Amino acid sequence: MQAVLDNFDAYLKAFGYTFALFLVSGFLSLVLGTLLVAMRVGPIAVLRTAASVYVTVVRNTPLVIVFGFFSFAAPPLGINFKWLDVSIGGYDFTTLFGAAVASLSLYTSAFVCEALRSGINAVPLGQAEAARAIGLPFGGVMRQVVLPLAFRASLPPLASVQIALIKNTSVAAVFGVAEATYDMRSLLNDFGATQKFGIFVCFAIGYIVIVEVFSFISYRLERRWRVAL
Amino acid sequence: MRHTRIKAAIAVLGLTLSLAACGDAGSDDEGGNDVEVKENAADDFEDGTYMKELAEAGKITVGVKYDQPGLGFKGATADVPSGFDVEIAKLLVADLGIDPEDTDATTWEETVSDNREPFLTEGKVDLVLASYSITDERRQVVGQTGPYFTTGQQLLVPADSDVESIDDLKGQEVCSVTGSTSIDRINEKGAKGVGFDSYSECVQKVLDGTVAAMSTDGSILAGFAAQNEGQLKVVGDEFSEERIGVGYSLEHPEMCEWINGVLEESFEDGSWAKAFEDTLGPSGVETPDPPALDECPAA
Repeated sequence: MQAVLDNFDAYLKAFGYTFALFLVSGFLSLVLGTLLVAMRVGPIAVLRTAASVYVTVVRNTPLVIVFGFFSFAAPPLGINFKWLDVSIGGYDFTTLFGAAVASLSLYTSAFVCEALRSGINAVPLGQAEAARAIGLPFGGVMRQVVLPLAFRASLPPLASVQIALIKNTSVAAVFGVAEATYDMRSLLNDFGATQKFGIFVCFAIGYIVIVEVFSFISYRLERRWRVAL
Repeated sequence: MRHTRIKAAIAVLGLTLSLAACGDAGSDDEGGNDVEVKENAADDFEDGTYMKELAEAGKITVGVKYDQPGLGFKGATADVPSGFDVEIAKLLVADLGIDPEDTDATTWEETVSDNREPFLTEGKVDLVLASYSITDERRQVVGQTGPYFTTGQQLLVPADSDVESIDDLKGQEVCSVTGSTSIDRINEKGAKGVGFDSYSECVQKVLDGTVAAMSTDGSILAGFAAQNEGQLKVVGDEFSEERIGVGYSLEHPEMCEWINGVLEESFEDGSWAKAFEDTLGPSGVETPDPPALDECPAA
């Protein structure tokens, strides 16, 4: 416990990186997941197949392998994030951060897609038919009728996917991003002999706080957006 | 001047590695690194000491690195790792009357920078010889004695890089391994330390240009420069002094005097110098004078 209190700045900064990873990848995965689900339920067969192949492949691949790909296999192929060099208030978002965000977003978007698809299945067919009947094209049907309803219906599974994402950010520790788990490992290394228990507890609490705050927000949204279909 | 020396060092180290690879096929006895296993070693130690316990059990576990050519390296097919750290470890093991070549008696456990302290405090290994720099922080957690070797931190950069010293890398990312003193030193010098689990991952990051450089002990870097000849080079003056020592558990403070005794003996009878010549010597480094040993803390 003392070790964490003595290094509280580093502790907060490490969770700052965790939070940044979550915010950026969470946003990107929602956007990408929405695109994917639109492709999956859309009228164009090629896009439908492409989206379901993507979801199947990514969902069946362990996150560490996705990370490994973006850290070690992709750079020699020219897929790197060297263009990324942002510093905001002592936080550096560089190549390694970019690779982590890409891995987390691409991985999570497959799950977002499936969560949203469950929401779309919950939208009564009549809603989409009515939208089509008034002359909306596919894009309009999705944007104005189906997706808003689907989002509300799938809020709990979407929240679960994002909570999993918060915890999955810890994998970035092995790939050079100085987030919470990375910091925990270095503290364990220095003070592990005497304060192992306290260090683990402190970092578990950090994750729990982030996840709880997020769950609270999603509960509130759930209640506010409740739909009666 | 330095460049030619480094080039020579790299060339010779590369040659040695390839020679060593050939040697593996032949008989192990020809290695020339055989140490004399002491007989009835248990009688030499006082009752109740951990050395006696180990000698009587006839088994010991030593933590070494597996991925550092010249210091601690284990090929996929080798039974026993090789390198300077390993040679010194063999002297210690043999002094307990245990055969270091016999993998039933001596277990060579791979330690990485990150897990050396935990392995010692949890008793997973009895000794650590894994390019283990002696620091005050570490001495709070584990016992360290020696040094049996001193080296310094340098930089490994792509061959076409114009970086000449750590000062050229202010604000840039430089990688090393998690849990090493090298990372702290990189940060102190104004660059940003990035930690990976193993040196080979870090080397990969330098090769693909993700990080500007890698930094750790010069002796480790030379090995990697040799592995990637033409793509990587070692540059810069040593900007730290690393005192490489032997790690033991604080639960057995009596081991310190014994380790120092064995090291002292090896300094005097030339087995230390021989170990150096056999492992790091071929890289062109002249065999230095043995370093002065630290005194053991009063038990």
